Amino acid sequence: MDKTQYLVKQEPFYQAQGREVALYEAAYAAKLPVMVKGPTGCGKSRFIEYMAWKLQKPLITVACNEDMTASDLVGRYLLEANGTRWLDGPLTTAARIGAICYLDEIVEARQDTTVVIHPLTDHRRTLPLDKKGELLEAHPDFQLVISYNPGYQSLMKDLKQSTKQRFTAFDFDYPPPELEIGIISRETGLAEGTVAKLVKIGQVGRNLKGHGLDEGISTRLLVYAATLIKRGVDAGDACRMALVRPITDDADIRATLDHAIDATFV
Amino acid sequence: MPMTETEYQHPLMKVYWTRLDCGLKPVADVFEDCMTEALAVLAQEDIDGYLDAASVLGKMGRGPEPVLAFLEEWPAIAAAAGSALLAPVMDFIRALQKSPNSRAITPFLQTLAAVARRLQAGEQLQFYIDIARDLMQRTSRSMLGQHITVPSPGLSEFFNQAPRLVNLLSMAGLQNWVDYGVRNYQHHPERQIDYFALQSADSRAVLQRERHGTLFADVERQLDLYLRALWQDSDQLVPYSTAFDELRKPIPYYDKLGMRVPDVQDDANGISGLDRYRAMLAHMVGHRRWSATQIADNWSPFQRMAVEFFEDCRVETLLIREYPGLRRLFLALHPHPVEGACDPETTSCLRHRLAMLSRAFLDPAHGYADPVLGDFVLRFHALLEKDTSSTGAMADLALSYVTKTRRQSDQLAKVHFDDTVIDYRDDNRQLWRFIEEDDEGEVVDQHRKMAKGEELNSLPPRHYPEWDSNSQTYRPDWTSVYEALHASGNAADIDKLLLKHAALAKQLKRLLDLIKPQDKVRIRYQEEGSELDLDVAIRSLIDFKSGALPDPRINMSHRTDGRDITVLLLLDLSESLNGKAGGGQQTILELSQEAVSLLAWAIDCMGDPCAIAGFHSNTRHEVRYQHIKGFSERWDDTVKARLAAMQAGFSTRMGAALRHAGHYLAARQADKKILLLLTDGEPADIDVNEPDHLRADARKAVEELSAQGVTTFCLSLDPNADEYVREIFGNHWRVLDRIERLPEQLPLLYLSLTR
Repeated sequence: MDKTQYLVKQEPFYQAQGREVALYEAAYAAKLPVMVKGPTGCGKSRFIEYMAWKLQKPLITVACNEDMTASDLVGRYLLEANGTRWLDGPLTTAARIGAICYLDEIVEARQDTTVVIHPLTDHRRTLPLDKKGELLEAHPDFQLVISYNPGYQSLMKDLKQSTKQRFTAFDFDYPPPELEIGIISRETGLAEGTVAKLVKIGQVGRNLKGHGLDEGISTRLLVYAATLIKRGVDAGDACRMALVRPITDDADIRATLDHAIDATFV
Repeated sequence: MPMTETEYQHPLMKVYWTRLDCGLKPVADVFEDCMTEALAVLAQEDIDGYLDAASVLGKMGRGPEPVLAFLEEWPAIAAAAGSALLAPVMDFIRALQKSPNSRAITPFLQTLAAVARRLQAGEQLQFYIDIARDLMQRTSRSMLGQHITVPSPGLSEFFNQAPRLVNLLSMAGLQNWVDYGVRNYQHHPERQIDYFALQSADSRAVLQRERHGTLFADVERQLDLYLRALWQDSDQLVPYSTAFDELRKPIPYYDKLGMRVPDVQDDANGISGLDRYRAMLAHMVGHRRWSATQIADNWSPFQRMAVEFFEDCRVETLLIREYPGLRRLFLALHPHPVEGACDPETTSCLRHRLAMLSRAFLDPAHGYADPVLGDFVLRFHALLEKDTSSTGAMADLALSYVTKTRRQSDQLAKVHFDDTVIDYRDDNRQLWRFIEEDDEGEVVDQHRKMAKGEELNSLPPRHYPEWDSNSQTYRPDWTSVYEALHASGNAADIDKLLLKHAALAKQLKRLLDLIKPQDKVRIRYQEEGSELDLDVAIRSLIDFKSGALPDPRINMSHRTDGRDITVLLLLDLSESLNGKAGGGQQTILELSQEAVSLLAWAIDCMGDPCAIAGFHSNTRHEVRYQHIKGFSERWDDTVKARLAAMQAGFSTRMGAALRHAGHYLAARQADKKILLLLTDGEPADIDVNEPDHLRADARKAVEELSAQGVTTFCLSLDPNADEYVREIFGNHWRVLDRIERLPEQLPLLYLSLTR
């Protein structure tokens, strides 16, 4: 198994908002499972990527979805011309090679799927592969990380208490304006003055959360807008394209945000 | 020239007078004055037409009023809209004269000048006359035979209201407003008069709907979002009417109860109505954020006015600092007073000076040369340079400005108002506090008491629009729906009914158990699936190994199959239910009772949330909606008791009941929302002559509901229902031919609908 393919090669840019880097290192040293919570596009995945790079550990990411089953995580038998062959799933691979396994948007997976991680996340640190008849002991470097977006879409999608209580957690949110300006301008190379205006529009969108918007305008979208502007796109067009059109189909909200753009970029 | 005119004035007048050929005394009294005015306005060649027309009016035998009105008003009309209009106007007057409506000639002429001033263009005025002619033709009735003998009741009132109407409505809007009145009150003279005199409620409602400009009601949500998103402020937005206040033009303001804004805004200076609303709200937000209340007792009205101007500019500067794009908006709406437009010798110029100063504060390119003004602009910006400054600092600056520029003429009664009104600014009532109450200021607390005695057992009425298929418009707030709890009877009666149908109930129970939802369902034989279906896979493998073509569908997946259905059963409780069913002993009402009891029991077994309500109507003013069971109420004795007391009476106004029931369903959270309507006939009510009208309305109501995600299904007990029920409900209906089988059929229908 080639471990190096899972290593993060280049240092990702991550701007710490607090003491999360040191805290994560402490959690990793003890191999405690970690949960990162927060709205979409606020830097959860970037943080994990950065930590994997900093710790020089392989990172295996799984984007969870509704159709995902336990065997998609653990592994399954494949049919071949002369019999069947076992293929490890990403979770099993990570446990074997000692990688950080990152389950992104864990609530998207069905609850019966998520319970397979239970034995890996307590003192046992084992993964029973019942179909194969193997009890896999996790590699000492193995760590499980999940991300999820609380207060999201439907009430049906929430983690079970028994799952939640196996993790230590980080609460992420969109960074405060000054920090966000720094992040976007560092990420895209756009002048801080323009970025400040973008962040202002971002604030406007976030004020509408719960009043017709499920989620505010994320830092990721602000980065998109800044990238477009940096490439010479007109600021108003870039904002409309990157900040407004993706997040809403509601004509009233669209008009309000468009007005905010016109009132900010003169 | 003036000399010759004076010389010839008298003889010429005589010639004109002869030409007018009118023997009426009141006309002779004012003729000379009118003629002088006409000569000043009209070209020489138009004078002949003017006199000829007046002469015709004088010979109509309608007394002096028409001639007087014409002689007095025509010069103004011609000045506003051109004298080419004389021919169509006279045509119309002749038409009025020929019809029984000749009494309307005078009001027509009297208000024509005001209308013309507003419309300006000749074609617009022609349009107005066409609308009036149409109104006349459609509302004049014949008593007997073919000749039209009864004058139009509303025509004179229409002319009286015309100046106000054209002020508020575009010509298309006016046409719609007139249409509505004619259509709905053609056969009702008193109501027609009320409508065209703008006295009735729906007349005003339709007027409001047809107004030009951006209606507050259309943009309310956007404004709410605007406040919330850009200013993190939110307050009740309360519109005030601008349609009926002619003298006192209300100004925006805010108080404890909310922010008051006009109910409609026209576009102005290239700024849309919506943006004008936004400017208004932004300005008020500015005051709410940064203004502090000042004690006003020691300041004169002029000083207060100056402080208001300065403070308004301060908050706007701060607003622009927040969102630079607002400068464009404010400057477009802010008047640009011309320097020197006001003569300080004869007029009070303080307002003018302050408006110029206000412009200069906001507009770096103001271009005013006055050195004092320039000095104060610098001082203003210096104060605001570092921080937000304060209301107090502005007041000091304003007072020193007033002192510095004070003139004796500021006290004059004649005030220069042109270009000084800044209509997006509020009236600043929140800025002032008076320590000493004035004489009238005593506030007497009024305690309103609710009348004792009657227990509140019904809700206040809810109003619903009704669809008018002839004009393809809604009649606003047309029906009143009163909702009340249904009276209670003896619950045991219902239990008895259920017992009577015990056999049927048992049969139903078996069926229910069969279709009770199982949460997980396996879908087998999938090429792509979540899991390997081992049985099938092994079979395929064997096929493969033995050289046969294997079946590739070896996977399976799961599907969750829960029921998330909400149902509202709406019962038509009109008089016809009292009839006997199919020659049997039971009335339709009794059969419905049995059927509904069984259905309610069945739904309760299934666990779907279900509500039951009945309705009947007695004209559009009284649609009664009776609550029998709510969604969260259990199927228990209280509900059974209400069901037992079910009674029938009155008519069937289906649309209003559907809308009311629909608004409850729309508020529910469910995958599938079903409105099941049990009725025995087509929609009808005693105040509606055309049967098609209520049908079309019911159809519209069904469409509205389906747009809200509510499926409507009709079970009709009228064997001849096919012709109309399809028209109303599309494919969602069933007619029950043998009413005796209703108790059995209704639950089965429900189950098949929701399976």
